[in-house]
Amino acid sequence: MEYWMHWKKWKKNKIMSKLKPAVNSKDHAQGAANASVELVEYGDYQCPHCGRAYPIIKSIQEKMGGDLKFVFRNFPLAQIHPHAVKAAIAAEAAALQDKFWEMHDYIFEHQSRLNEASLINYAGHLQLNIEQFESDFSKEELAQKVDDDFESGVRSGVNGTPSFFINGEKYNGSWEEADFLAHLQTLAQ
Amino acid sequence: MLATGTKAPEFSLAATPDQKIALSQLNGKKVILAFYPADWSPVCSDQMALYNEMLKIFHKHNAEVIGISVDSKWCHLAFSQDRKLHFPLLADFEPKGEIAKLYEVYDDELGECKRALYVIDEKGIIRWSYLSPVGINPGADGILDALEEMEKK
Repeated sequence: MEYWMHWKKWKKNKIMSKLKPAVNSKDHAQGAANASVELVEYGDYQCPHCGRAYPIIKSIQEKMGGDLKFVFRNFPLAQIHPHAVKAAIAAEAAALQDKFWEMHDYIFEHQSRLNEASLINYAGHLQLNIEQFESDFSKEELAQKVDDDFESGVRSGVNGTPSFFINGEKYNGSWEEADFLAHLQTLAQ
Repeated sequence: MLATGTKAPEFSLAATPDQKIALSQLNGKKVILAFYPADWSPVCSDQMALYNEMLKIFHKHNAEVIGISVDSKWCHLAFSQDRKLHFPLLADFEPKGEIAKLYEVYDDELGECKRALYVIDEKGIIRWSYLSPVGINPGADGILDALEEMEKK
């Protein structure tokens, strides 16, 4: 009881964590640009919880169609997930060939096999220009983009992965499909 | 909790089985003191994992992060190795919770530190503090805001 009193007081006093910076042209987004609901995930390609969230988001995207815009930002926990940063960079490198989401999906769908060598294979499966991919993969700008995403996550109050923001505010509720979908649908116009 | 603007109380605690860290040794740097309930418990681990990834960002602000709990130095050693932590965890072990009590963040009922943060400036003055509900990882946005605010002055 006392805990809940404390929690309620805390919730009242704490200013809701806001997404900083807001979704912009540097982000990778899916769905209608003017959708009424904007969902941002901070995720780590090697995090098992993010792996579990992946099909849930996919299914929600299907059900909500044009009402939902989905953005993925990188939040790799490199010390506990040794391949997470490379995976994030691989998706950014794929983005330079307009295949960010294909790589994002492929990595999550084959999460248990993730390592640096497998990322090159994935690029092959996705029919990327391999030479270009390998050269982009080692670019400082892409590593910087991943770092910038991480820092923006910290500033926005991300405390673990996956963390979700809905229309710019941190979402602390359940992301089990039924709960998450119901919540998002109440926000859709 | 101790008031902003007051001197952070000095302490010297074991960081490894054969090494102690005193707050005064960190004069000239900003210090983030993260009191937390226990090694191995899920929320603490997330919190420490997050700070571990943020060392580069903290260092840009000339800040060091230090974790403090009532676990022993041997427990900290195992936890730290398991999670590959690159910052010190101090053992407020004997007398149990002495430093947490000094910083007014000891939970007498549980016999653990509360989940609390202090940011201390280069001269050892407390500039920011935050008490989080015990089950919730406070993240680091508050710490970063505090570090930036200090640099504006």
